[in-house]
Parts: sequence; C-alpha cells; structure tokens
Amino acid sequence: MKKRVVSILLTAAMAAGCLAGCGGSRGSGGNGGEGKVINIYCWNNEFKERVEAVYPEVAETSKDGTITKLKDGTEIHWIVNPNQDGVYQQKLDEALLNQADVSADGKVDIFLSETDYVNKYTDIDANVAMPLTDLGIDPATDLADQYEFTKVTASDVNGVQRGSTWQCCPGLLVYRRDIARDVFGTDDPQAVGEKVKDWETMEATARELAAKGYYTFASYADTFRLYGNSITEPWVKQGDIVVRVDQKIMDWVNDSKEWLDAGYLDKTVKGQWNADWNQAMGSSSKVFAFLFPAWGIDFTLKPNWDGENGAWAVTNPPQEYNWGGSYIHACTGTDNPEHVKDIILALTANKENLLKISSDFSDFTNTQSSMRQAAEDDANFASEFLGGQNAFAYFSPVAENIVMAPLSAYDQGCVELIQNSFSDYLQGQVDYDRAKSNFETAIMERYPEIKQVQWPD
Amino acid sequence: MNAKRKKIDYSKWGYIFILPFFLSFFIFSFIPMIDTVRYSFFEYYRSGLKEIGPNFVGMANYVKLLKSDMIKYGVNTLILWVIGFIPQIVIALMLAEWFVDARLKIHGTQFFKVVIYLPNLIMASAFAMLFFTMFSTNGPINAILMSLGWTKEPIDFLGSVWGTRSLVGFMNFLMWFGNTTIMLMAAIMGISPDIFEASELDGCNSFQRFFSITLPLIRPILAYTLITSVIGGLQMFDVPQILTNAQGTPNRTSMTLIMFLNSHLKSKNYGMAGALSVYLFIVSGILCFFVYRMTNNQDLDGSKAAAKKAKKEKRG
Repeated sequence: MKKRVVSILLTAAMAAGCLAGCGGSRGSGGNGGEGKVINIYCWNNEFKERVEAVYPEVAETSKDGTITKLKDGTEIHWIVNPNQDGVYQQKLDEALLNQADVSADGKVDIFLSETDYVNKYTDIDANVAMPLTDLGIDPATDLADQYEFTKVTASDVNGVQRGSTWQCCPGLLVYRRDIARDVFGTDDPQAVGEKVKDWETMEATARELAAKGYYTFASYADTFRLYGNSITEPWVKQGDIVVRVDQKIMDWVNDSKEWLDAGYLDKTVKGQWNADWNQAMGSSSKVFAFLFPAWGIDFTLKPNWDGENGAWAVTNPPQEYNWGGSYIHACTGTDNPEHVKDIILALTANKENLLKISSDFSDFTNTQSSMRQAAEDDANFASEFLGGQNAFAYFSPVAENIVMAPLSAYDQGCVELIQNSFSDYLQGQVDYDRAKSNFETAIMERYPEIKQVQWPD
Repeated sequence: MNAKRKKIDYSKWGYIFILPFFLSFFIFSFIPMIDTVRYSFFEYYRSGLKEIGPNFVGMANYVKLLKSDMIKYGVNTLILWVIGFIPQIVIALMLAEWFVDARLKIHGTQFFKVVIYLPNLIMASAFAMLFFTMFSTNGPINAILMSLGWTKEPIDFLGSVWGTRSLVGFMNFLMWFGNTTIMLMAAIMGISPDIFEASELDGCNSFQRFFSITLPLIRPILAYTLITSVIGGLQMFDVPQILTNAQGTPNRTSMTLIMFLNSHLKSKNYGMAGALSVYLFIVSGILCFFVYRMTNNQDLDGSKAAAKKAKKEKRG
C-alpha cells in the first residue's frame, strides 16, 4: 500500500544527501577579520525585503533571491525554511548544534525568531543568541526609542537583551463598516470603539449584533491572544517540569463556550488559518470583526477581502494585546560581528529606516517617537485599504500600554496544543475533563521532560 | 580438468550487479534500523536546544508505551484501514471480473484501467488537502448539499468521529482500488480458460462461476493483497495527518500509530520513537512471515495437501 511513499522517501533522502554534499565548502577570505559570507536563517522573505529596502550597503540580490551582495563584496546567504509545523526551528536547531564544527563561512551569523519561541533562543544556558552588548550595541542608548516590552521580550532571565526587532505588533479590532452602520447606525471608529472598549461592553455589543444575525468574531481562536497575553505566570517556570495553566486560559475556554452557545461566534469556523476562517473575511460573511495587528490586516485580511477598499476600519480592541513580532539575533560564533551589528542597528535603531519600513510595508515599527509622529501624519500614513483611515493613530496607544505576558520556552507548544485540545470541547466532541486529559497527553508527548500539568482551582 | 575449465562461472557478475543495492541497503537502512533498536533502550530527546541523554533506561520506554494510548491508536489504525479496505476489495474484485470477462465485451478497458489507477498518482498529501477543502464546513460539498436541499445546516464532516474516519477510508479506497483491480485482473487472467469454458458447457451461471471458480483460484493473490494492505495500513499516516492537521481530531480518534510516532519525533524523542518502531517492526514482521509463507506456497490448488492427507490416512 505504501510502496510509493517509501520510494518518495528514498528519493528525497538521496536528494538530501546530494545537496548536503554540494553545500558548504566555500573558501573564506580575510576582510579585516570579517568573513565573506553572512548566513541568515529566516522563515520568509519579510526580513530580506526590509534589508533590501533600508540597509544602505546592499548592492544587488541574485535573481533567485538566495544571495544578496553587499557593496564591499560580502554576500548575504538567505536560508529560508517555512515556519509551519516547526520546520524552521528544526533546521535552525540543527545548524546551531553544528555551529562550532563548520567552517567560518558556514556559520550562522544572524537568525530570526518569533515571539512564540524567542525565549528558547535567548535562553542564558543555551547561549546561542549573543548579548547585544557583546556586539557593541548598548540597548540603553542605542535602542532607547524602542518600545520597552519588545526589549523585555528579547532578554534572558537576567535582563540581558539578546535580540532586537524592527517591528512591534500591537493588535486592533478591525471591523466591517457596513455591518456597523446596519447595527449601530454609525461606522465612526470612535463610536464603535466605545462599543468594544472592554469585555463587558463587548458582550452587550455582541448581543446587539447577534440580534441582527451577525457574528461578532469568526472563531473562538480569534480572542485567544487577548487572554493568553494577560497570563500572570509563565506556562513553565525556568528549569521546572510542570506546566501551569493560567486561570486566564480557562477563562478563555469558558467565555468562548458561552459566546459560541449564545451565537456570537460562527460555529462553522474552527480555529484560524483554515479555509473557513479565510472565507469569513469575505464579503458574503456575517462576521463583524477580527482582532489583528498590522501584519494581519496587510497579509491576511486584505488578500481574503473580495470587495471594495474602504469597507473595513480599525478601532481600539477590548484589551491591549500583542501578536507576533520577529526578533533579529546575532548568533554566537558569528565570523561577521561588525556586519551583524551594522544590520541590527540599521534595521532596528535607525529612525528614518524604520519610518520607511512603516510607509513601504505598513509595519508598525519599533520606535516610539516616530510612531507617535506617524499617528498624526494622516497624509503619509493613511491606509488605502482602510478607506483613508490612519491606523497608526490606534496602534500607537495600544503599543504603549502593552504589558508583555511572562514568556517561557514552551509557549508555542502550550498555546498550540491547548487550543487544539479545547477545540474538541468547544465543538461538543468531548467533555471538559476529557479535553484536559487530552492536553496533558499531548503536551507530554511534545515535551518529554514535562511530567505534570497543573490546572487552576 | 579440461572439462572443468570449460564451464565458465558467470555467477559472480550476478553478485556484482546486486552489490550496489545491498551496500546502500546496509548503509541507509540496516545500520539506522539497528540504531533505532539501540536507542529504544535509552532516554534520548531534546529539550529546547539541550540534548538530554542518551541515558540507558532498559525497557522503560516499552513499558511507558504500553501504559499510554498506543493500543487505542492501533485500534484507530485498524478501523481506518478496514473502512478503506472493504470497499476497495469488493469494487476491485467486481471490476477485475468484468474487465477480463470476454463475453461482456467492455470497450476501452485499457482506458478505464488507466483512469481507475489515476488517483494513485496524486500525492497523498495533496489529495488530503483537496478533501480537507472540499469537505470543510463552508466548502463546496456542503454548498452542493444545501443547494440541493438535502440538508439545511452544513454538515460538519471533519468535526465528527465517523465523518473524519469515513473520509480517510474513502480516500484510501479511491487511491488504492485501481492498484488492487489491476493485480486481481492479472490473477484472474492466470486461470486457465479451459476451466471457464468447461463450466459454461455445464451450464454455470456467472455467480456460480465467480464464487466457485474465480474466487477459490485467486485465493493466494487475494491473501497476498490482504496482507500487503494490512502492512501498508499499519503504516498509514499521510492522509489522516494532513486531514486532521497532525492532531488526529476529534478527540484523537483518527490518530494512527505512525502519527503517534511522528508526534514523538517532533520533540526528537528518539528513545520513545525507537521503542514504538520496534513494536511496529514486530507486528509487520509477523505479517510478513505470513506473506512469505503464502507466496512460497507452491500448493495452489490444494492437491498436494490432499495427497499428503490421503497418505497419512492410509498409514494410520
């Protein structure tokens, strides 16, 4: 039955063997002590596009996009692996474990990480991300304008910053203007903002929407970030073997159940990142709002919307939250510390560069002063998709009020698996206790060192 | 002496020609297999960027697996396989019988043979993706059902245990029935036409012919199909993995053994994964033994066994 699978696997193994044989071996030449090749590990073209746009040393990128040449002849090699299913981390971990044994030009120089797993790489014992001070970057002065929570996120237990980001991901509530007009009689962001300003008001609003046959949000997963961001203790304490499920997470389960039963959420949309969820962003959907940071509006909502520009607007969310963010790390053992320092500073500390990223890519970038400036600059920062609304005016206050939830290296697995386990419960497939035990099984499978799961009383 | 020299021995070329296979098998399959068995006695996994182990723990991994839901996943695998295999063998038998029946004079058998084999050419993961989209709650299948008025509310195929299991079974059926048909056709064509002609002269109808002649005579091939399919089914993972996003949803009821293995490999837990592999290896080994017995059994029509029995009775 699976002969074909076997043969595909064999072919793949052979191909992989070949590739492994071909790669590597490039002569390293002296360039004032700096290597000739900068290897950058990332999961998509996001970072590359931004480097090309603002890093002044860039000369040209090869046609296939894998190599970018700098003016001094140094080459940036982009090693891109998709984030899905942990592929990126697997490849990166492999490379990091071999870091000491490969030739200078084969070493990882820069790698990126996401908020969900940044903690794994900034870990003090792992020591794979260099402290910024070792590169000659002083966070207190060079990165003074960055949002505080992004600096905390990229720091180890001792508060030593080991990464830096150009991007900051405060989330907003994005809503359909036509539905707002139909239900509330107004689509003014300020008036709608009043209607969704906290969870209590939100629930009353949801009732209003449901009465007219609209859903407030598409799926129970949409609200997860808001709860997950306000946990008081990390999922797993440093060095511990117990997963502590925060009360806030259980609140999410209970509230979601209530909202589902009350018809405030679309029962047919199960989680995020699937076809049903994408459809809920289309013009035929009855979903009033989504909770998105800047990248979500640009990369997810916009491609799925099939109507005119200007149908959506943003306003404040019921609770401040952060979703995502890509951190740039200098890899321990890099042979290009000067270039790495240069790139990190150019992409995360240079105000002009960051403003350019904001206007070119609509990222909410990581400088407080310029974001305040952008919030007032409707001429340059109004969004066409949002019908001329300046979203930065709403992002900025959220960003300033974000309190980062305590992170742990286990966040990605915990967040993913608790949503999966309780999806079954929310859809009525299993009872509450069964969902709990399914989570316990799944988390101990994913992290063999975890021996116990503690639930809130 | 002279006569001996004349006899040139070519057999060494045979060995030389098959050497590459055995070399690559030894390096890429045999050594890793031995390693797998070795690691199954160790605690060996990765926590974040730290490697834990390998520490020797004896049979701990095996015991732990027995205490886990492994048996349940084995049952899941079996159920998923049965749902796919029963329609597969029934349809394949029927088609094979029709295609080789000269009297039916079906036109374009070659064309249909290609068509029924086609689903097998699609990658299983692509196939699963396709079904995932088609059968999603707001997908095209539900849209069709609703516009036909067959159902008011969209059916949540992938949210229900039997919906998911049937879909997995259905996909496996679609992918493999062509393959089985072609194999069974070969088997049926191997039956001597004399027997069919004789039965016709004796006034056999087509049902009798099928059940009393075809079926008994292709029994070895049928058994072979069954066993290889069981072994394949034991290793089933691609379709349910993609269809349920590796979670075996709902409530881990479509989690197969290999998906269970994969979830251990996510944490690079070589110890547990190794132990699970050894369990699977033993089961497959037993099944292979049966295949081997069957394919090496020269006594196709049972005459030798009958002769033996008769001899025994004579003696007794």
